[in-house]
Amino acid sequence: MKFEIISANRLSDGRVVYLTRDGDWSESIIDAHSVHSTEERGAVLAQAERSADDGIIVSPYLVSMVDDGGTLAPLRFRERIRLFGPGTHRSATKNLSSQTGR
Amino acid sequence: MYRYDEFDHAFVHQRVAQFRDQVARRMSGELSEEEFKPLRLMNGLYLQLHAYMLRVAIPYGVLSARQLRCLADISRRYDKGYGHITTRQNIQFNWIKLSDMPDLLEILAGVEMHAIQTSGNCIRNTTADHFAGAAADEIEDPRVWCEIIRQWSTLHPEFSFLPRKFKIAVSGATEDRAALRVHDIGLQLRRNEAGETGFEVMVGGGQGRSPMIAKTIRKYLPKAELLSYLESILRIYNQQGRRDNMYKARIKILVHELGAENLAKLVETEWQQIREGAIDLPETEVARIEHYFEPPPFTVSTDAGLDAARHGDSEFNTWLERNVSAHKQPGYAIATISLKPAGKPPGDISAEQMEVVADLAECYSFDELRATHQQNLVLPHVRKSDLFEVWETLKAHGLANANHGLISDIIACPGMDFCSLATARSLPVAKEISMRFADIAYQQDIGDLRLNISGCINACGHHHVGHIGILGLDKRGEESYQITLGGRSDKNAAIGEVIGPAFSADKIVDAVETVMRTYLDQRLSGEAFIDAYTRMGREPFKERLYANN
Repeated sequence: MKFEIISANRLSDGRVVYLTRDGDWSESIIDAHSVHSTEERGAVLAQAERSADDGIIVSPYLVSMVDDGGTLAPLRFRERIRLFGPGTHRSATKNLSSQTGR
Repeated sequence: MYRYDEFDHAFVHQRVAQFRDQVARRMSGELSEEEFKPLRLMNGLYLQLHAYMLRVAIPYGVLSARQLRCLADISRRYDKGYGHITTRQNIQFNWIKLSDMPDLLEILAGVEMHAIQTSGNCIRNTTADHFAGAAADEIEDPRVWCEIIRQWSTLHPEFSFLPRKFKIAVSGATEDRAALRVHDIGLQLRRNEAGETGFEVMVGGGQGRSPMIAKTIRKYLPKAELLSYLESILRIYNQQGRRDNMYKARIKILVHELGAENLAKLVETEWQQIREGAIDLPETEVARIEHYFEPPPFTVSTDAGLDAARHGDSEFNTWLERNVSAHKQPGYAIATISLKPAGKPPGDISAEQMEVVADLAECYSFDELRATHQQNLVLPHVRKSDLFEVWETLKAHGLANANHGLISDIIACPGMDFCSLATARSLPVAKEISMRFADIAYQQDIGDLRLNISGCINACGHHHVGHIGILGLDKRGEESYQITLGGRSDKNAAIGEVIGPAFSADKIVDAVETVMRTYLDQRLSGEAFIDAYTRMGREPFKERLYANN
């Protein structure tokens, strides 16, 4: 199954965040709001742009996701790196178990 | 080292105050991202994949112990306890908060540092031979002219919004360690027949998607007229460089389209109009700046301590052979501190290691350090009799890797692990190669070799001029890696040749080993890799690499 979520960088510290179901922004992808239709996509992107205008986040965009046998993960490799952190700097890498949507 | 004058202090502190106000306005919503982005870039602040990245300028790669300690402090207070030496002799911090930036810049200003000219379409921080002021093969110290260029280019009203970024490198030695021929302008100090020193001026080199080797447009330029000549080149570029297409906006494209001879004529015509003007510095001002770069108070020293140590420890001897270079002053040596341990990202240095190196610089190298474009650090003035003690301290802190100029001394950009422009990761490839070739005896057997990795076509990892270059690409969502062979950035500079189709991420290290095996099997006695490649051409390598396809 394929769907999308919205991601951005937080203005104050640049950290990767995801738009949540209640319109907030979370560092955890588990909280991300899933977008399944083109109609919903426009409304959610508009909501994200308002957050950008309000100075909460920078440059929101859609991230394609896949549900691979119960594990939710970004489709593109770049987005997986944004999710998990740089693989070569272990101290900077995020806790994988708390980030995968199992 | 150069010390800030009143103007420098006032200007840098003024910039900090301006940026403090700009950050506040951005955080309050008064400035949009579109309005703010060019302002933050003028202060070295990029927004990357995971966080803001700050690039701090290290003018022509020269640092003091106090400055390195400050960078260590910043990495602890505002980052994750490490910094990353870049391929342009600067240092980057990968986890900076926008809200911390004004205070951070204030702290940097306190040790005469800033992040200006590390981004944007301006004349970037000038780079230099990292052995400047120390190398045995040096004709004249290039740092004096680097500093003069810094003062001329910083805040230059005419050249703050060029068609694209502009990079100048300067060397005063016979060996090119500054990659002059892949810079927008490369300046090589030379002597004329009368014994006077001046510059050979090379223009239009660069890497990126259209790699080119710079062309000499003037074989000898009197030093005193450097600034007016540079001003003429920049003026022609500013007027005629393409602004309609960012991929064709660098001066290398202008040189390619006009031809070097025609560009030289245009520059000459412009120069004749301005050379008698007020741009070039009076002798007294040059002398004032020269004063800052006078040699440190060397003492008469013998090699006795070094000789005793050389026989006593083979590990030390290996480090001496690879990481210690000839100094112009008898009894002294240049020590390269490799930041390339096996299995670690090239160029990374922890806060603790920065402090150790700062202490060593203070105790053993007249408080001087250099950052190299090969992502290492240098203690430029070490008494030979002190080398063993220096090495013991480095070894105790994981800094005595004896691999300078060997296959694991890899230049690599941050790649997709950090960079928002990257198309593939470069650091894991560097890590795997360094581990595959970790045996120092194997590396020594291979001998001199430059392996450079870039995570995209922008070529920040200098892959075009690696003897072996690796370019990371995105092939239908999968990382793949293209190999180039035969590149070099020395005085025989050449762009590497693409050897064939790219390799997948799990095959690239094997492919590098195949290249090495081919070389080892077919080299002549004492023949370095790059010389063997020049003799053999690419076919033997291509045959082995694609034998099963």
